[in-house]
Amino acid sequence: MFAPNGSVRAPYARVEKWLENLGNEVIERALRESEARFRRQGITFAVYGDDKASERLIPFDIVPRIFSASEWRRLSAGIEQRVRAMNAFLHDLYHRQEILRAGRIPYDVIIQNEAFVPEMVGVNPVKGIYAHIMGIDIVRVNENEFYVLEDNCRTPSGVSYMLEDREAMMFLFPELFAQQRVAPVENYPAMLRKTLDSVAPPTTRNEPTVVVLTPGIHNSAFFEHAFLADEMGVELCEGDDLFVSDGWLYMRTTQKPRRVDVVYRRIDDAYLDPLAFRPDSNLGVPGIFDVYRAGHVTLVNAPGTGVADDKSIYTFMPDIIRFYTGDKPLLNNVPTWRCSHAGDLSYVLEHLSELVVKEVHGSGGYGMLVGPTSSKAEIELFREKIKTRPTNYIAQPTLALSAVPTFTQSGIAARHVDLRPFVLSGDQIRITTGGLTRVALKEGSLVVNSSQGGGTKDTWVLED
Amino acid sequence: MLGRTASSLYWMSRYVERAENMARLLEVGYRISLMPGAIEGHRDEWRSTLTSAACEQSYTEKHGDIDGAKVIHFLLFDESNSSSVKSCLKTARNNGRAVRTALTRDVWESLNSTWNELAQIAPENITSDRLPEFLEWVKQRAMGFRGALLGTMLRTDNYYFSQLGNFIERADNTARILDVKYFILLPRPSDVGSDLDTQQWAQVLRSVSAHRAYRWFYKDSHYKPWLVSEFLILKEEMPRSLLFTYNWVNLALDGLGELYGSRYACHEIAMETHDRLKNGNMEQIFQNGLHEFLQDFMAANNSLSQSIATTYNFP
Repeated sequence: MFAPNGSVRAPYARVEKWLENLGNEVIERALRESEARFRRQGITFAVYGDDKASERLIPFDIVPRIFSASEWRRLSAGIEQRVRAMNAFLHDLYHRQEILRAGRIPYDVIIQNEAFVPEMVGVNPVKGIYAHIMGIDIVRVNENEFYVLEDNCRTPSGVSYMLEDREAMMFLFPELFAQQRVAPVENYPAMLRKTLDSVAPPTTRNEPTVVVLTPGIHNSAFFEHAFLADEMGVELCEGDDLFVSDGWLYMRTTQKPRRVDVVYRRIDDAYLDPLAFRPDSNLGVPGIFDVYRAGHVTLVNAPGTGVADDKSIYTFMPDIIRFYTGDKPLLNNVPTWRCSHAGDLSYVLEHLSELVVKEVHGSGGYGMLVGPTSSKAEIELFREKIKTRPTNYIAQPTLALSAVPTFTQSGIAARHVDLRPFVLSGDQIRITTGGLTRVALKEGSLVVNSSQGGGTKDTWVLED
Repeated sequence: MLGRTASSLYWMSRYVERAENMARLLEVGYRISLMPGAIEGHRDEWRSTLTSAACEQSYTEKHGDIDGAKVIHFLLFDESNSSSVKSCLKTARNNGRAVRTALTRDVWESLNSTWNELAQIAPENITSDRLPEFLEWVKQRAMGFRGALLGTMLRTDNYYFSQLGNFIERADNTARILDVKYFILLPRPSDVGSDLDTQQWAQVLRSVSAHRAYRWFYKDSHYKPWLVSEFLILKEEMPRSLLFTYNWVNLALDGLGELYGSRYACHEIAMETHDRLKNGNMEQIFQNGLHEFLQDFMAANNSLSQSIATTYNFP
């Protein structure tokens, strides 16, 4: 919120005044109301390995994160460029593999990657799109510079929090929205529906039948699955509700079976089809992959997209963007060391206390080391892990992440945030005007993941 | 609509109804336990409560001897007992959660806040003196749920499947209470017409919240087994009678028949059961045996439930 010289940045001017006049009592009441609201509506997520609190609320902070229209335009252009390159890259990987032939990425990085699905080679998804739904994690390091922290193109979650946070803010502080024009985010479900409809297979008769496929009520993001299905007006299915017959996909209804054209699946590749992938999966639909390959159904995202958001690929993203768009990347990567490189590895091992080390295939903030906030013992433990399997790790500098005002136990204080805008690719690219801002609630912490005690904020893009 | 959605709606409503019925049964058990022990036969009231709730066997396996406090805990909070109030509300809520998209916000929030409030209640705080207040809460929450359902759900298949679960459960409950009380509590012919007799019938009525309604309806303050049975079986004015529940079951099935344009075996089973009640008379029922009549009814009710599940592709 503050510029380096300590002044309040322009987009925050009004909110800063509002905050000044807001008593702690009002804030506490608002927090109580919002918590009761989330609880009553069942807006919860599950934490794995925690039986007692199997459903928790994600802490919601009442101070919005704000971008000006021009900042957002710049960011959007960079995101769009990245997403286009990502889809071109995936299409290439599963077809001619030009980028590998050109020697820009080593074969091994792709072929030995667990997220690469050889069964997808030669398959032609509708409109050539693999990653229809992406969440790009972005951090701001100074006035004009944003870094992409991570690309999420498997099944990025959190969009329901973006929408519910906005609802909560409008409910608690309607006066704020009267004072300035905040770009809407509530059109996301309609945008998603349009995107899904636009990638229905050519065999679709009449209106496409779209479903959301969920692993079930025990999944951590079940609320979001139900929420999106509801908002889009489509059925929420579990694997058992779908079946394959004569090369087509159907759902079991109270009447005749109904043909399904597009599946927005929130199930990982490995569990999608026990006949094609993990045979012990009872979450998926036997035979669905064959139906997909025959072009009779669209899977969103396509199987095998995970290879593009892998952290070992991440380091190649600038090259990937240049290779497919011919342009300079508009959004930068965080400088990254690959522990698979001998030179990088020795640097990382020498500087562990300054670095953030992540597992190449990890997600959700599990299994990572944040050097500056870790004890000596923790660092030594991690050192051994890295030495045992260097290819499994990458390292990044701890960034001077932007901090925004957040309500804490000791009043309003600065806390680090990141941002996840959601990007849809179909007949066109659609980006949410805003996104999910995640905030590290612990003082000094850089870890924003909800599974690790992070919270969320409403994100505003001010209109000109 | 997905078969699974229909199934979840059906069971959601069944379990809320069952939680409410459990609360009523416990209310009766509690009342009797407060009465002076002078009236013989009442010491068995907790056993009878367990039997009416179809939980006697599972209780005995777990606890052995009948003990008031243990029975109350078993029927309210024991999650190993699938019919305890807590299990019922949990199952209802899980079913509702799975089909969140098929519910209105009001219905879902009613279910969800009931569960959240229940999760805050420590079983050890529900001591004997606070039991009535808690049971009242359970009933109020169940009625609030039904109110939200009746007041906000579109009259389409979502609504019909919920209604089927609700009334098939209620029919089973009323039949079972009548059967248990009649068959177990009145084994000796010499008791018939005694004070004990009157007390027992009062409790039967109470467990379906009908003791006052009975007096209004029959303009008679003396409970007669004949009339009590008639009231609970054949009188469609009485909202927990078998005929009343089958009127609603048929309305829901007719709704589905019209919406989907087909009628199936389940429609016939329901209509047959309904007609038997509609054209029934107590004289004949008693002549052939009330117990046999009720057993037949429960079997038919159960086969209706199964037929609905098969017809509409419940998983």
